[in-house]
Amino acid sequence: MSDTAIHLVMGNEAIGDGLLEAGCQVVAAYPGTPSTEIMQSIITAKERAGGPLHLEWSVNEKIAFEVALAASYTGKRSAAIMKQVGLNVAADPFMRTAYLGTVGGMVTVVADDPGPHSSQTEQDTRLFCLQGRVPVLDPSSPAEAKAMIGPAYALSEKYRRNIVLRPTTRISHSRQNVALGAVPVMNRPSSFTPDPGRWCATPAFLPGLHGALNKDLEAISREPEWQPRLTPGDGSRPGTALVASGIVYAHLVDLLDELGLAGTIDLYQVLMPYPLSPTFIERLRADYQRLLILEETYPVIELQLAHPGAVGKQGGAVPRVGELTPDAVHAVLADFLHLAKPRQTGPAQRGQRPSLCPGCPHRAAFYTIKQTFPDGIYPSDIGCYTLGMNLGAVHTVHCMGACISQGAGFYQAYRLDGGDFPTVVVTIGDSTFFHAGIPALINAVLQRARIIVVILDNATTAMTGGQPVPHLGVTAGGQPTTAIAIEPLVRAAGVEFLEVCDPYDSRALTRVLKQADAHIRSDDGSVAVVISRHPCVMDPAAKKIRSPATAIITDECIGCGTCVSEYECPALSLNEEEGRAVIDGDRCIGCGTCVDVCPVQAIEVKELS
Amino acid sequence: MKQQIIVSGIGGQGALFLTRVIAQAAVDLDIPVMTSETHGMAQRGGTVISTIKVGPFASPLIRTGQADVALLLWEDNLGVHRPLVKDDGTLVINAEGAGPGLRIDASGIARKLGNAVLSNLVLLGCAVRHQALFCDQQACAAAIRKLAPARFVEQNLQAFYEGLNG
Repeated sequence: MSDTAIHLVMGNEAIGDGLLEAGCQVVAAYPGTPSTEIMQSIITAKERAGGPLHLEWSVNEKIAFEVALAASYTGKRSAAIMKQVGLNVAADPFMRTAYLGTVGGMVTVVADDPGPHSSQTEQDTRLFCLQGRVPVLDPSSPAEAKAMIGPAYALSEKYRRNIVLRPTTRISHSRQNVALGAVPVMNRPSSFTPDPGRWCATPAFLPGLHGALNKDLEAISREPEWQPRLTPGDGSRPGTALVASGIVYAHLVDLLDELGLAGTIDLYQVLMPYPLSPTFIERLRADYQRLLILEETYPVIELQLAHPGAVGKQGGAVPRVGELTPDAVHAVLADFLHLAKPRQTGPAQRGQRPSLCPGCPHRAAFYTIKQTFPDGIYPSDIGCYTLGMNLGAVHTVHCMGACISQGAGFYQAYRLDGGDFPTVVVTIGDSTFFHAGIPALINAVLQRARIIVVILDNATTAMTGGQPVPHLGVTAGGQPTTAIAIEPLVRAAGVEFLEVCDPYDSRALTRVLKQADAHIRSDDGSVAVVISRHPCVMDPAAKKIRSPATAIITDECIGCGTCVSEYECPALSLNEEEGRAVIDGDRCIGCGTCVDVCPVQAIEVKELS
Repeated sequence: MKQQIIVSGIGGQGALFLTRVIAQAAVDLDIPVMTSETHGMAQRGGTVISTIKVGPFASPLIRTGQADVALLLWEDNLGVHRPLVKDDGTLVINAEGAGPGLRIDASGIARKLGNAVLSNLVLLGCAVRHQALFCDQQACAAAIRKLAPARFVEQNLQAFYEGLNG
């Protein structure tokens, strides 16, 4: 592959290439949309590296950050990668690192999700960086995200500070033609110099470190390479300018072009929203009476500018919720420049909602749980299985690992009232269990919470595309490693009731759930754990051993629609004209878990030859 | 040369692959290209949309009423994504029955080839046959060869030609 070859590259792949081409040798990540493919692309491209790499899917983001941080202490270039809510998990080491610093270049990539397309929040990592006092870069395209990484490492090493690169969904999941570059051989032997005043800094050292941080931030804000870039107008709109950063800058460029306004108004692109250049702030105050500030998602630039003529999120001229799509930017720009109002777009019709895959073992588990405990409380968590909502078997979804603690909280609240308590059935995926479920399980046992925890074990991180989980015994690069089984962890946490069951066998699962309920209600009952174990239908190995079959609807069908409404398998629909259920042979995998759902036994599984 | 294209479908139909093939054709023709895709939860059988902007653009997203071409793998999405397309834009739709736009029973053809997912390339073939796209048959076939896994290349090309020859 030649060094200058042009490739169609996803933003996340461009970032992965940028990390490799900057000589990053230690990369730790936890998967999360929209950040996942960054690590994935480094794993795929690892042969390009001239020297050894350490790549890992850590069990959570805090750990990923700490692994990358220690590697930086030895002088190596490192990266921690996560999505925006992952930064919340890593917040503790992230905040302290701002004070204590780094040695080898360290870049933390945090992919934001304005919109949000697949997240619990639309929080803005740039604001998190303002709060943490960490420099943050805001690229406007995949190519620019990649181009920022080398200079970001240089900046990190110049000031010995962690630098955040913050792509958003529209950068991460866009593709663009991007040139590949050479991957350097860094040849940096690890060398750690103990410096307790820094790496173990007790409160006595912190004011000094905080002062040094402030001084560095001031210098970083004046670095010539990271100053906002001006595309000057022709002077026809004096005293007026547009300021944008991230993908919104790109939307604005296309919009100005389409409206024939390109080059008519001063346009600034902010590359580093924090710390914002003081000379830029002064210049805007001196030269302009009116400014339109376009940024996602919070008014981070606007707050720092504090310009009296700024129009933006604070006054409500720019929407404060959701993605600043080209349509949203168009409406705002039309108001600001007194242009013709854009065509009103009628309320968009809702499309098909997401659903668990046909044959998904989680659907079978949820259905059985709901049938067994119709009056239960169902805390759940983050993953494909969040879609158990559609089946009415998920009542809460908060943040990674919260379901077990929430389940315990529900129990404790009901316990205070005395008398009976509803059965609380918590569902948590295997990857989430390792991520943040274990401390919560220990706590629930310690507090004698009488709840049932169902670990939905499909042996993969399914929602983000199938990254390995600790009990597989495979590393990020596909090398064998120690498998960490779930059962001993559960037992070691003090759980006395533990059963494993295949959710495709609904009778067996029903029996186990009833036993679990009896356990939590027994005299010295506590947490009961059921592992619902069946491989993900997307797992290639599981696909291979599946015998071809499909479900069929027999003439017994009375068109009651129970299978469609109660089971919500995408392969099942109701033909209302003919008054019967229909199975889409293109989508059905013949798992047969819907057979028991039909009240008149009109579903059969047929082997395909 | 500037063209704005949307690819609309539901998760699992191969909308992302179709998007990549079209964008790869642009790369091979040495034209700048940007795409935007739907990933994550919305990919679980939910409505998905990709955008492709061919030519000197800065942003991958498409404004209301700006798309020149829409490739719809799921007919029901017409109500959802029609507003993105120009009034005189070209609609290429995977559909059995009659209705607006250029229509082809891509799923039916793909099923006969042994895999319903191939409907994405049947639809592409149909779009190329009607000269709806910036790229021709050769560019698309080369992109399919480049992107399809080796053992599926011939089957993928066959699907494309089925659509191309109507």
